[in-house]
Amino acid sequence: MNRVGLRRGWWVLFVSPSLTFLALFAIVPIITAAVLSFYDWDLITDPKFVGLGNYRELTHDSEFHASIIHTLVFIGGYVPVVMIVGLGLALMLNKRRRLQGLSRVVFFMPVVSAWVAVALIWTWMLNPRFGAVNWILEKFGFDPPAWLFERGWAMVAIIGVSVWKDAGFVMLLFLAGLQAIPDSYSEAARVDGASKFKTFRYVTLPLLSPTVFLVSVLLLINSFQVFEQVWIMTQGGPVGSTTVIVQQIVRNAFTFGRLGYAAALSWVLFLMIFAVTLLQTRLQRRWVHYEL
Amino acid sequence: MKTIKNTIRLVAAMLAFALIAAACGDSGSTPTESAGDSTTSTTVASTTTTTTTAAPKDAGPTTIRYLTFSAAPDHLADLDAMIAGFETDNPDVKVEVETLPFDEYFSVLRTQIAGNDAPDAFEVNYENFVSFATAGTLADLSSHASDIAGSGYYQKAADAFALDGTPYALPESYSTVVLFYNKDLFDQAGIAYPTDSWKWADESAAAAKIAALGDNTWGFFGGIQFWEFYKTAAQNGCNFFTNGNVTIDQPQCVEALQFMLDYVNSGSQPTNAEMSGVSDGDMFLNGELGMITTGIWMFDSFKDASFPWDIVVEPGNTSGGSHFFANGVAVSAASSKQDAAYRWLQYLTSSPAAAQIRVDAAWELPTLTDQSLYTSYLSQEPPANREAVLASLNNVVLPPVIVRQGEMQDAVGAAFDKAVAGDITAAEALAEAKAAIEPLLG
Repeated sequence: MNRVGLRRGWWVLFVSPSLTFLALFAIVPIITAAVLSFYDWDLITDPKFVGLGNYRELTHDSEFHASIIHTLVFIGGYVPVVMIVGLGLALMLNKRRRLQGLSRVVFFMPVVSAWVAVALIWTWMLNPRFGAVNWILEKFGFDPPAWLFERGWAMVAIIGVSVWKDAGFVMLLFLAGLQAIPDSYSEAARVDGASKFKTFRYVTLPLLSPTVFLVSVLLLINSFQVFEQVWIMTQGGPVGSTTVIVQQIVRNAFTFGRLGYAAALSWVLFLMIFAVTLLQTRLQRRWVHYEL
Repeated sequence: MKTIKNTIRLVAAMLAFALIAAACGDSGSTPTESAGDSTTSTTVASTTTTTTTAAPKDAGPTTIRYLTFSAAPDHLADLDAMIAGFETDNPDVKVEVETLPFDEYFSVLRTQIAGNDAPDAFEVNYENFVSFATAGTLADLSSHASDIAGSGYYQKAADAFALDGTPYALPESYSTVVLFYNKDLFDQAGIAYPTDSWKWADESAAAAKIAALGDNTWGFFGGIQFWEFYKTAAQNGCNFFTNGNVTIDQPQCVEALQFMLDYVNSGSQPTNAEMSGVSDGDMFLNGELGMITTGIWMFDSFKDASFPWDIVVEPGNTSGGSHFFANGVAVSAASSKQDAAYRWLQYLTSSPAAAQIRVDAAWELPTLTDQSLYTSYLSQEPPANREAVLASLNNVVLPPVIVRQGEMQDAVGAAFDKAVAGDITAAEALAEAKAAIEPLLG
């Protein structure tokens, strides 16, 4: 074997662990789920072929439809807010300040904390009888809502906690994006007499647009799959006002033992995410600038 | 050619890794740990898989895995005592316990069965027995029929765990729901304690007076869900199913749900927001509830309450009606140790020693006809009025059971949530639940 061939052979060894795991834990399950979605299977008896039956059922499953709407409400609240907060933090920390490193660590801490811990702690903080949040609000003379026990407010609370947890991650991506912009651009703008806001609006923001695009794709994909915080904080309540898509998948699969139907729901979720990502990729040409 | 060669290499490498991964998985999924150590025998499957060097198979005792929901958290020591007794009598068998909370129990059990990792023996409640037995997951116990007949079980309980005359599980224990009351709050409100002859009206009048005592005091708590509903409906002469049809939209059923809702609407029962995630049992223990309808399995949790409490038979309206919850134990159809598993279950459910431990711990009641066990049960306090437990059993309501049980319970709960929130009336909620249940009957 010649040296080039040997070198070529090596890459197989290097990528095979991740490829093996990708195949075992992603590709095989995805294909299995696709096949399973045409069956009725309760885990303990033999699967029964039902053709498109599961897909027909989900067209008139009102709980699933409600969960899509709640997921979209979550996305509508969470994605813009976490982007604005994340960008704000990044702009704040991009300047050379004292305690810059410490601030970055503090804002990134929630990102590396486990969702279960974060959700449980916030559930306590937001508790209307014993929680710190309402205790403080009442001290300031407010009449706070019952948060997780009140329709309308439960989703607001879930969005708020999600923003608190993820803003640090968005901040980090924006920081990287900001630091990749050469100082010469803003210096040139300043020399030309541009105000701070104009420099940000016409120089920084366009140059940051590839990062904005990346962040928005990542956030949308993740937020379509919102689950842990809902499962722990409200279990979809009160009165089903915070049920989300993944929760319906889990309930059907493991509470009701309807694996086939859950697999069909998973595929619909996959297609929704795929369509949105495709649309974003198409639209990016109109607003993403890779140079000025 | 080169691409083909590379592809072959890639596939070979992937296979090699797959084999390694599979091998790792295999060694992890064969629990051979001795269950004699009671401190480690109380966790779920994943943590009891420490592998020890296996002795030759026929030399050591057979280890069987037993999965339970009723033992944790209060009765693990009692279960260990039963196992110790069994292992003394049967030195050739070791029992390894796995516990799960009731909420997750059946979904995890299903997954274990699907993954060919079912425990050798496991608990199954009456509501879920039908779907597990019809699916062929429980071992046919016909060969033990004469043994079962001679074990002293209540015939009715044994019959409940048979399908078309074939036994698929042994009756293990049963329980009922009674009305618990806080004597201090009754004294403060200046009302007489409840009696076994109370009716709905007596209960709601007392609840209103207790609720009037203060901001953080409520008169009553009863869950507004499937289980409370079918029983309350029966107390008003209404059946969940009649001849296989859903009849929860009948006027007496609507009246029953309205009765339940009125407790919340009138402020006698705390709302979810007022409870703020504190369980009904904890609220009772905190002295915030005058009365609570809950199971006799709470005796142990309430025994150290800071106030005196007692129980009575649940009040009915046009007729009486109390819950009857039965737990059985089954041998897995897939187990290779069915004989050892059956011996353990037989000991657990019918040996005098195990029954005595169960009675002494007030861990539900054994399904045995031996009257001396009840004498011992009744002599213990609290509660003083333990006779109410046996009196409740004179008029029991069995849970409505279908194969798609989980979905039915969920549909009822979802409709009731809307009624509690005031979005729909009791009649509308029951019509909605009925419409959701009918397609599940298949």
